Amino acid sequence: MADRREDGMSLIVKTVTRLTLGLILLYGLYIVLHGHLTPGGGFAGGVIVALSLVHLVLAFGGRSAWKRISHSGASVMEATGALGFLALALLGLTAGFFLSNFLPEGRAFALFSAGSIPLANLAICLKVGGGLFAVFAILTIFTAETASPDGGER
Amino acid sequence: MIALYILLSMMILGALVAIEVRSLISSVVAVGAVGLGLSLVFLLLKAPDVALTQLVVEIIAVIILIRATIRRQLPGSPVSARPYGVLLGLGFAVLLVLVSLPALQEIPQLGHPYMRVAETYVENGLRDTGATNVVASVILDYRAYDTLGEATVLFTAVMGVMAVLRNRGLKGGEEG
Repeated sequence: MADRREDGMSLIVKTVTRLTLGLILLYGLYIVLHGHLTPGGGFAGGVIVALSLVHLVLAFGGRSAWKRISHSGASVMEATGALGFLALALLGLTAGFFLSNFLPEGRAFALFSAGSIPLANLAICLKVGGGLFAVFAILTIFTAETASPDGGER
Repeated sequence: MIALYILLSMMILGALVAIEVRSLISSVVAVGAVGLGLSLVFLLLKAPDVALTQLVVEIIAVIILIRATIRRQLPGSPVSARPYGVLLGLGFAVLLVLVSLPALQEIPQLGHPYMRVAETYVENGLRDTGATNVVASVILDYRAYDTLGEATVLFTAVMGVMAVLRNRGLKGGEEG
């Protein structure tokens, strides 16, 4: 059972995954980057980014997927997002107060507008995506393959 | 409006199925159906931001729950069959409704909120922040402290999950 799972799902699923993985990731990034213009934002987009990685792990199985993406990478991603959001909040001090919108507002409906809101969305995307994927990765590693070399390395 | 009530009754039905069904995985699927219904409800109430977030979070939650439960298929959780428990629950429900009846009469009509605070945000959001999505201007500008706190909550939750599961992984596996 464990061996079958590490091989991942069938060839059909793997092929479709190859095609759709980039699209899902792109859609997540689109949701994040347009969070200040259309519905969506860092939380929803971050979850979609995490889902694209989960998709990879589910389709290709634990062992081969962990060669391409590591869950310590997810932790780094999450920490980067958290620190990035805090850094944005602190940079707001330059414009007056903690968490203030310190960048120029720009033109409405333009992609680069709304000051620091897109940057904050990006930070939250990294945080949410990294965090949820890390939880998934930990569950996959430690409930299924504690004895495998990938699981032991952590 | 009628669609809302249909969805709500489907969600209640799904929640009941999730409680009563014997196999864990069916229970997880039923919970997923409830979440999907909630996402549709948000969409009907014209909150696409929340609907999108609810939808994707529901998907990842179902995947994580399936991952967490698929390995240990418990033979159904024993539901305590105390007869007075049901009566007690019903009694409390009736009491709660009676106590909150005055407050329930003050609730504004569905779709006609009071908009005391929100009006300011809707009117000034674009001018103050430059974001055309009012939700983004609220959560990342006006109420950014909330988002900071929320991010901290998520960070702590992930840290807790990793700490707890790592501990069990170390005990279960042969190697560190």
